[in-house]
Amino acid sequence: MSAASTPAAAAGEVRFHPETEPHHPEGSSTMLGFWIYLMSDCLIFAILFASFGVLGGNYAAGPGPKDLFELELVAVNTAMLLLSSITYGFAMLEMVKGRKTTTLVWLGVTGLFGLAFLCIEIYEFQHLIHIGAGPQRSAFLSAFFTLVGTHGLHVTFGLVWLVTLMVQVHRFGLIEANQRRLMCLSLFWHFLDVIWIGVFTFVYLLGMLQ
Amino acid sequence: MAVTTPVPVSPIFGRLTLEALPIHEPILVVTFAVVALGAAALLGALTYFRLWGYLWREWFTSVDHKKIGIMYMVLGIVMLLRGFADAVMMRLQQAIAFGGSEGYLPAHHYDQIFTAHGVIMIFFVAMPVVTGLMNYLVPLQIGARDVSFPFLNNFSFWMTTGGAVIVMASLFVGEFAQTGWLAFPPLSGLDASPYVGVDYYIWGLQVAGVGTTLSGINLLVTIIKMRAPGMSLMKMPVFTWTALCTNVLIVASFPVLTAVLVLLSLDRYVGMNFFTNDFGGNAMMYVNLIWIWGHPEVYILILPMFGVFSEVVSTFSGKRLFGYTSMVYATVCITILSYLVWLHHFFTMGSGASVNSFFGITTMIISIPTGAKIFNWLFTMYRGRIHFELPMMWTVAFMLTFVIGGMTGVLLAVPPADFVLHNSLFLVAHFHNVIIGGVLFGMFAAINYWWPKAFGFKLNHSWGLVSFWCWVVGFWVAFAPVYILGLMGVTRRMRVFDDPDLQIWFIIAGFGAALIATGIATFLIQIGVSIWKRKEYAETTGDPWNGRTLEWATSSPPPAYNFAFTPLVHATDAWADMKARNYQRPLKGFAAIHMPSSTGAGVILAGLSTVIALALIWYIWWLAIVGFVGLIGYAIFHTFDYHRDYHIPADVVTRTEDARTAQISARLAPGAAE
Repeated sequence: MSAASTPAAAAGEVRFHPETEPHHPEGSSTMLGFWIYLMSDCLIFAILFASFGVLGGNYAAGPGPKDLFELELVAVNTAMLLLSSITYGFAMLEMVKGRKTTTLVWLGVTGLFGLAFLCIEIYEFQHLIHIGAGPQRSAFLSAFFTLVGTHGLHVTFGLVWLVTLMVQVHRFGLIEANQRRLMCLSLFWHFLDVIWIGVFTFVYLLGMLQ
Repeated sequence: MAVTTPVPVSPIFGRLTLEALPIHEPILVVTFAVVALGAAALLGALTYFRLWGYLWREWFTSVDHKKIGIMYMVLGIVMLLRGFADAVMMRLQQAIAFGGSEGYLPAHHYDQIFTAHGVIMIFFVAMPVVTGLMNYLVPLQIGARDVSFPFLNNFSFWMTTGGAVIVMASLFVGEFAQTGWLAFPPLSGLDASPYVGVDYYIWGLQVAGVGTTLSGINLLVTIIKMRAPGMSLMKMPVFTWTALCTNVLIVASFPVLTAVLVLLSLDRYVGMNFFTNDFGGNAMMYVNLIWIWGHPEVYILILPMFGVFSEVVSTFSGKRLFGYTSMVYATVCITILSYLVWLHHFFTMGSGASVNSFFGITTMIISIPTGAKIFNWLFTMYRGRIHFELPMMWTVAFMLTFVIGGMTGVLLAVPPADFVLHNSLFLVAHFHNVIIGGVLFGMFAAINYWWPKAFGFKLNHSWGLVSFWCWVVGFWVAFAPVYILGLMGVTRRMRVFDDPDLQIWFIIAGFGAALIATGIATFLIQIGVSIWKRKEYAETTGDPWNGRTLEWATSSPPPAYNFAFTPLVHATDAWADMKARNYQRPLKGFAAIHMPSSTGAGVILAGLSTVIALALIWYIWWLAIVGFVGLIGYAIFHTFDYHRDYHIPADVVTRTEDARTAQISARLAPGAAE
């Protein structure tokens, strides 16, 4: 749409059409939309945190946090997730510089850290269920497994997305669409980090203090 | 069939057996026969007239916000017929179940009907209508060519439809929940409701809820990012403002519903203890959480209608809206306050005087911005040149009806009064008063107002009048007795009654329902007659009501690209401003327009989601897994499609606009039929 094509207004007259057509290229609103999606997701976590807040003390004569949590393991787990966020940051820095291979390498490292986090979490869950502290045991454990498990499911989904994006970057390069997608996943990944810090603080640390 | 004992689960069919088909219930068999015949006739006709390809290409896979908006409206109106059939059955049952009579509905069936009625009317009538209106109007009102995420829009619609399909399936396969429309535990827990009813409820709402949330994000971003140049926030049409606030509410409340239903399904599927009576569960937490979604939800329904009434009042009074700024602030106040009142739905929980007082007072405060709106509409009419066209009549009926509903609401907001009226028919009359008087009347105002824009011909006036009077009178005949019964202490959801003195009121209410049925029938006739005589009612101006906002600046129906040239906005009522300054429509210089492409991905993804939901309802685990893998796989496959847009060539735009020019000059030419 060229300026010349729009009927020009005579001097002093009010224009009813802009001189150049406003352009909304595909993806121009994606970051805002994804932010809003993340906030809605945040609300789901808020409900799960609130449920844990309400039910977190209802042990039903079963085990409580002190009987179950191993802070060393959770600390390692937290380290895995935080490190994965740092490496994702490195991948984004490489992306900005337009270096495809190093971007892919850092994404791969991120994925490995994420996978390590998931494995540790699954081990923890499996251990709890094995000793009779499964999600059915008490409302406290229901709320615990749901909050932590929902976070874990998000990480799982993030990993599937990460692998998909690695394939797409590998095949189509760091084109604009792929950069935008990497930005979205970056937001998602760091968002999960923030949620995990909440989980670590409110569920594990405060649980051990009680 | 009321299933109380656990059904054995087969590895292939889950708990789906032939027993699940309600062949022993004559009402359902007849209903099924009628629906099946109707469906066969419809499908046959579509096949005979070779319409499948057309529907698939032009509608089902379309990402055009206008077509998606219309499809939402169609969904809402179809589901209105189902929801209303439930209402008629309840009115009939309650009118005859006296003096030892059991009526004609067994308890198991009756309980499903009142649950389905509520669920369908809120989630699959009111929500699609509201979303449909916003979808259709918002991009046109802000001078945009489509929404921010057109594919997501199509997907959202099909998820909503998927939810409706799930709820409808429960009518003929298995059962629906017998818990009331919010499915409070422990009644909705596995112990009290072991069969599929509550699972249909959960998955129907979850599938539809995904659609609603995504559509909320989509429209929110659209309003923030896609406004025409010059349209600052305080120059947006009031309907767009209410849509903005509504979508904020959707994004900030539907995740709560999703989360709480997930918790309920974890209780039911995994044996967790969120809301159970034992092992530390807390059923009242469910009630709190679901009303934290539920109260914003009622404003999600009514705010867009406030927008509709604002547009209608100013157009048919021939002047700008009185108190635009106060209208905007009132809408924003309601948006915020709607999160601070949820506890008034269960004052009887026993939170104590302080908590109840807080929520009672916040509830009463909400009536202040709402009252301000009513006064704004009245002052707009004051000294206006009022045209009593159908949309305006619906608006006046709304104001008279809604104010009374609002006042009974304030009455219920007084905790001591609520202890008497809680769960009584007074409450039922109150919320029907505001939802029918607000949302339904708003829907009819909107349909009569914007129909010419959407289809290029006006709706028949006389049938519209008949429909209007049947609805308005029918509403009061149906619900005034319900108020009276409520004041006499009758509780809701009763199937049989002992006191014969009450019967007359239920008979009157039943008569009112019959009047409303006539209102619905004449509404459908109105549409039918108008389509039949569409040449006679043709609307070629694009602006049949002397409208004030940008949707009236383009042709009726608007072209796929909405506006050949994006408007530049200088004033709040942009189109009225353009007309006042002798705006001349550009006749040449058209260029190619960039548009999103149609895609079948939305249908496929929503279809897979529906299959997964049905598999989960029936415990057909293998199918759920296959469906889930398919869903993820297809979603990933879809992301490999990087080419999702095209250009409408300049000559196509020129031809479309030339046709409009010819249409306008034919009308203006001397000697042309007026």
